[in-house]
Amino acid sequence: MTSLHEPPHETAELFTFPQPRATGCPFDPPPAQRRPATRMALWDGAPCWMVTDYQDVRTVLSDRRFSADARIEGFPFFAPGRRAFIRDEPAFIRLDDPEHQRLRRMMTGDFLVKRVDQLRPRIQRIVDDALDAMIAKGAPADLVADFAFPIPSLVICELLGVPYEDHEFFQRQSRLVLDATAGAEQVKAAMDDFNAYMTELAASKKGEEDGIVARLASREDLTPGEVASNALLLLLAGHETTANMTSLSTLVLLRHPEQLAKLRAEPELVKGAVEELLRYLTIVHTGLPRVAVEDVELPGGAVVRAGEGVFAMIAAANRDEEMFGAGEELDITRDARRHLAFGFGVHQCLGQPLARVELQIALATLVRRLPGLRLAVPFEQVRFRTESLIYGLHELPLAW
Amino acid sequence: MHVSVDQDRCCSSGQCVLAVPTVFDQDEEEGVVRLLDADPSPELDEKLRTAAALCPAGAISLTEVAR
Ligand code: SF4
Repeated sequence: MTSLHEPPHETAELFTFPQPRATGCPFDPPPAQRRPATRMALWDGAPCWMVTDYQDVRTVLSDRRFSADARIEGFPFFAPGRRAFIRDEPAFIRLDDPEHQRLRRMMTGDFLVKRVDQLRPRIQRIVDDALDAMIAKGAPADLVADFAFPIPSLVICELLGVPYEDHEFFQRQSRLVLDATAGAEQVKAAMDDFNAYMTELAASKKGEEDGIVARLASREDLTPGEVASNALLLLLAGHETTANMTSLSTLVLLRHPEQLAKLRAEPELVKGAVEELLRYLTIVHTGLPRVAVEDVELPGGAVVRAGEGVFAMIAAANRDEEMFGAGEELDITRDARRHLAFGFGVHQCLGQPLARVELQIALATLVRRLPGLRLAVPFEQVRFRTESLIYGLHELPLAW
Repeated sequence: MHVSVDQDRCCSSGQCVLAVPTVFDQDEEEGVVRLLDADPSPELDEKLRTAAALCPAGAISLTEVAR
């Protein structure tokens, strides 16, 4: 095994975030990610790989010789703050099977394709209410605060049984926790507050049956720490990702008027459009971390040694020309289903059926109800969330 | 095409259900894949290949059957 304490590779380039986007197009993955598998060094000197090819990325995410367990020596943290994110009793995302599967299966029931389909009328109501309120306030409105965030926040709060009144608190904590540039102390403090909140909420719901938090809290086979970290993950993942996909997708469509017109003319294209937007934008732009537990030769030829960290760059892989043909172009009519925006392998996003339905309804409703939708500021003034693990927009001023 | 599924590997992503709802389903509790039809009609071959490629857990196996 390569030890963490070996001196870094003399020639290895440093792996840092945020990785700047090309000046031309803030929707394209950072140029630093557009190259073959590259061996790099982390801030702490540990060797790591950046893997960007579609087949390599798929292999890293689905081959069991790569572990998602952050407690294994060599697991890559691209900044000190990332280590502080991991709890003593990790959520399922940072465990391997069989532990991962045991925990994950306790939560899958609420995210089944059929179950989520039954939520469509409720989600449509939430979307319409948010849009009504935004229209009532008048233009210019901030799509991020008035539409993109409230929708997934309300939905995940209802599913979990978390009081929506607390959303300002947990949106603030999420933002801190997901800030790639935040220091270890800052991330740890935010995680501790967040965790204390969830632990208390779970304790108060023990014995109840309604909502995921109550159901997890009432299980004999979970510790309070496991309940808190897993519920917290769902809360965090459930609103940040969809919210940023919604605002970023809207902006991309406004920048591609011909695609927007197509979607307006044929609303039934929305399902495919959402897959294409997921592929094109791939908002988890920092890559997905794994550690090799055996030596592995990747399809592209790179050999990753046991104990080396790997970042699977799903954003770059999703532009693969061989897989998607003209991968650099946004085309809402293409079959983009093989994208890796939700990851791949057993860790593939648990909430993806919900994310899909939320995005489909939010985007379809927005383009249907606001035919005059347009940016209320010059494009150059739109601020992108480059510092966050989840790419998105700080605000999106719109008129209609 | 003959279809088989490995429920132990399944991570309940639901990709198969979205791709071919007449062949795949998910159980109510944990979302584990359920096979509704192990020998679907040949018109579905292409869709089945997509489902197998989409399955993140490698839980779907296809075998060509001689016709
Ligand atoms: S696609 Fe694979 S992992 Fe997902 S539900 Fe179907 S069999 Fe399970």
